[in-house]
Amino acid sequence: MRGLVKRYGGRAVVDGLDLEARAGAVTAVLGPNGAGKTTTVECCEGLRTPDAGAVRVLGLDPVTDARTLRPRVGVMLQDGGLPTGARAGEMLRHVAAMYAAPRDLGALSERLGLDSFARTTVRRLSGGQRQRLALAAAVVGRPEVVFLDEPSAGMDPQSRLAVWDLVRELRDDGVAVVLTTHLMDEAEDLADHVHVVDHGRVIASGTVRELLAVDEGARERTVRFDAAPGLDRAALSAALGGDGGDGWAITEREPGSYVASGPADPRAVARLAAWLADADVLASRITVGRRTLEDVFLDLTGRHLR
Amino acid sequence: MTSAPPARRVLAQTSFETRAILRNGEQLLVTLVLPVLLLVGLVQTSLVELDTAGASRVDFVTPGVLALACLSTAFTSQAIATAFDRRNGVLRLLATTPLGRGGLLAGKVLGVLAVEIVQVVVIGAAALALGWRPDLAGVPAAIGAGLLGTAAFTALALLLAGTLRAEGVLAVANLVLVLLVVGGGLLVPPDQLPGALAHLAAFLPSGALGEALRGALLGTGVPALSVVVLLGWTAALGWGATRLFRWH
Repeated sequence: MRGLVKRYGGRAVVDGLDLEARAGAVTAVLGPNGAGKTTTVECCEGLRTPDAGAVRVLGLDPVTDARTLRPRVGVMLQDGGLPTGARAGEMLRHVAAMYAAPRDLGALSERLGLDSFARTTVRRLSGGQRQRLALAAAVVGRPEVVFLDEPSAGMDPQSRLAVWDLVRELRDDGVAVVLTTHLMDEAEDLADHVHVVDHGRVIASGTVRELLAVDEGARERTVRFDAAPGLDRAALSAALGGDGGDGWAITEREPGSYVASGPADPRAVARLAAWLADADVLASRITVGRRTLEDVFLDLTGRHLR
Repeated sequence: MTSAPPARRVLAQTSFETRAILRNGEQLLVTLVLPVLLLVGLVQTSLVELDTAGASRVDFVTPGVLALACLSTAFTSQAIATAFDRRNGVLRLLATTPLGRGGLLAGKVLGVLAVEIVQVVVIGAAALALGWRPDLAGVPAAIGAGLLGTAAFTALALLLAGTLRAEGVLAVANLVLVLLVVGGGLLVPPDQLPGALAHLAAFLPSGALGEALRGALLGTGVPALSVVVLLGWTAALGWGATRLFRWH
């Protein structure tokens, strides 16, 4: 996808977006609601015609080559696309009937735990049950490319694991999986490549490790702490660096809420506590963790993902 | 990886659509129970004054009830079902499967025709039991008129379903059904309606279909005006639906 532009009523929802997804890999399009993720995948699915830019799926144009592409592409829509009056099992059988050699329905149903509600109408299914059924419909035709729009939305943890498991299996079978999400843990745990999208543009992309700037062996971590607002961050940065003079970046994201990024070893935490004690400031919370994609997004945009 | 043959896909969609309508209680009420009740009510009682021009009451009323059945399935029921499928993303999802938009549309139209066959069988059996003696020579013309009416009403259904919100379609589709049953020339011929309606109703698709079916099945011949009116509405509504239908 190169330079994709899509406008609704003159407003560009997708504004010059480039991205690429490879076979045998999970590509995540990560961004907040309204970033243009759904419109982007809808252009790939042939559901919307781009105003500018080029989209190719398996080397074909999703709109003009739709007939050739449809059997090779599986789609899970954000709103499910399931008719409310149909029974779950009936719906899956119906979608399977569109393909010459669909997956074995029994195995797929068991895999995603659909058997327990196969005779229930879609209207009565829980959010997680609907999502699992929609995923089954997306993969039943043995697609080579799968687009999943917010696959984990409204899912219970157990459904989520079943879905993630199936996504990894698809990838291992050589399928190109593209998923949109605003859940950074989903992107971190599942994706081989992440494109961070905001205001219809890709603002960062790479593997999760690249995005988190995690080098092999390095101990790049974050220390978050809450204390009095307006602390002298330059002085703290110098104090945390200790004798080695390692660089520490300290930001005050909200008044009194600090994030310090640097090589957080036990000594650094001790130095932080000592510095706060010298300043006669009581921290109400100190936690140590590695950087997350949420931090990356915040660094890039100054806003939270949600 | 590969699609099922086109005919099998469309047939699967037809059967899916037909089952969806026949399973839905509210749809069944409008498509089967209401026409049969009206048939029995109009034949067995004289609550509605009708000038049958010498024909028996059941011979006169049955073609109108069949026209109503066509309206309820091709328009009301289809408009509501499509509007909610559009809102729930069903149209978009099926458009991404090998069925495609064309196959989805074909399945919908064939589904309407399948339900209409069920309606003709049920209403026809009830009418025959009440003493209906249709002019058998007029049956092919009646089928032709029915197909034309189905085309016009389906186009109107898709025009509404593809442009308005689902709740809006629900209200409009039911309101239009009631208005056309009362004053659209379906059951009561246009020339027996009061005031300006007498002139207007003959130019509505409902009045045209009612007149065409009465002409065919009473053996008095299908009026040319009815055919022209139905063709005109089908062309206009079909053009509008093609231009304005939104999948999202």
